[in-house]
Amino acid sequence: MDFFSVLYYRFKKVWKAIRLYLVIAGPGLVVMIADNDAGGITTYAATGAQYGYHLIWFLLLLIPVAYYVQEMTVRLGAVTKRGHAEAIFESFGAFWGWFSLIDLMIVDWLTLVTEFVGMTAALSIFGVPAWLTVILVVLLMGIIVLNGRYWTWEKIALGFCLLNLIYIPAAFMVNPSISSIIGQGLIPNFPGGFNNELFFLLMANIGTTIAPWMLFFQQSSVVDKGLLEKDIKMGKLDTFIGSIITVAVAIFIVIVTGTLLNGAPIDDAATAARMLMKTNHYIGAFMAIGLFDAGLLGAICISLASSWAFGEIFGWAHSLNTKVKEAPWFYISFFITLATAGIVPLIPGAPLVLITLFVQVVAVTLLPAALVFLILLLNDKKTMGEYANTPLQNIVSTIIVVLIIVLSTLYGISALFPNLFR
Amino acid sequence: MRMIKQFRSKIREINQRYAKPKIEMSRGVSFSLAVLRIYLFLLVILMIYKFITVIKVF
Repeated sequence: MDFFSVLYYRFKKVWKAIRLYLVIAGPGLVVMIADNDAGGITTYAATGAQYGYHLIWFLLLLIPVAYYVQEMTVRLGAVTKRGHAEAIFESFGAFWGWFSLIDLMIVDWLTLVTEFVGMTAALSIFGVPAWLTVILVVLLMGIIVLNGRYWTWEKIALGFCLLNLIYIPAAFMVNPSISSIIGQGLIPNFPGGFNNELFFLLMANIGTTIAPWMLFFQQSSVVDKGLLEKDIKMGKLDTFIGSIITVAVAIFIVIVTGTLLNGAPIDDAATAARMLMKTNHYIGAFMAIGLFDAGLLGAICISLASSWAFGEIFGWAHSLNTKVKEAPWFYISFFITLATAGIVPLIPGAPLVLITLFVQVVAVTLLPAALVFLILLLNDKKTMGEYANTPLQNIVSTIIVVLIIVLSTLYGISALFPNLFR
Repeated sequence: MRMIKQFRSKIREINQRYAKPKIEMSRGVSFSLAVLRIYLFLLVILMIYKFITVIKVF
């Protein structure tokens, strides 16, 4: 074969792989980018404002953490064709099943409230009243979900994922010093020494990287999309690309606030957007749009994670490929979760700070259990066959899971007893 | 009333369906579940303690 024939066949092979990836891509990208939800944006904005570029290296470490945990849900979903809630009920019995389902319901609802808080705060910067934001969001999500096709829902969700990249041009617009980013950010260091404040922020960054709803969402999403064992390789690639994008977005947010708001006290991302607007209107606007989009993406995924889990256990039809008539309870539970959470930020004097703290505490009760179940399920050779965890995967995932459990527990306890670590 | 009855019978049905864990209860699995129970128990104690101290303040 001549040179051009070899080149042609190689190109054809690569193109075929890309086309296959584009068909399978979705669950991994959506879950990972939605991971940068309203709470996540606040954490990254605060990280940049407080420590400049110094913690970029730490964010890079979160790529394997997110990937190794989430890729297990891809294998589990593709092999068992069951969501995470159903897998827990079936493998560990009704006690652990109900514990996980009720805990998931509570933590998802509370997180959803924080997403609405983020979205209303973001649009209030542009003068949109909170009640209008809530109505618009519920309507928009109704349009997205009620189209009766998983494929359409996923493509729309991917569109919102694309909007999440708005922080990238924002970071370029602030003209950061590349040498400072490399010099300060890529060499592991603890600015000002390893103190309690830094420890709290590191824990917050880990806490936003892996949330309980992500495990339930991605596994159910893989099942609803109909991924099979042969698709696992591409599903894992999808998750890996997603984990890189989510951390990249986080780094760009750190660059924005680290450049313009270094040393400023940041309590939430909306405050950061308002402060940025004073320096550069467009960057502030980008920050606010990104915050709204992050809250919307989080809300889309979190409300679906709950509805899928309920459908799996109660035996209701629970697919985005079904019409409302075919799966009424799936859609009713979706909208009840969404609407009730949306009302909370509109209540005058609602305990929003308490809710945010409560999310962290309740998540700590669910996350360790969900992660332990995940590893145990991935070691069930009878069910998983050749897709069960290898010894190396077990070592890596166990180290990561133990680390997440210890740090998220400390984070939850520090939310309960704020003076304990300060 | 009818809905509550239906809901209760559904819960009973789910409990029966998943009464027996299907995973092989090896030493590793039993140990992990026991540790998880202790962990959650301690966490619940901490939350109750916090709740009581908050109530006392009021």
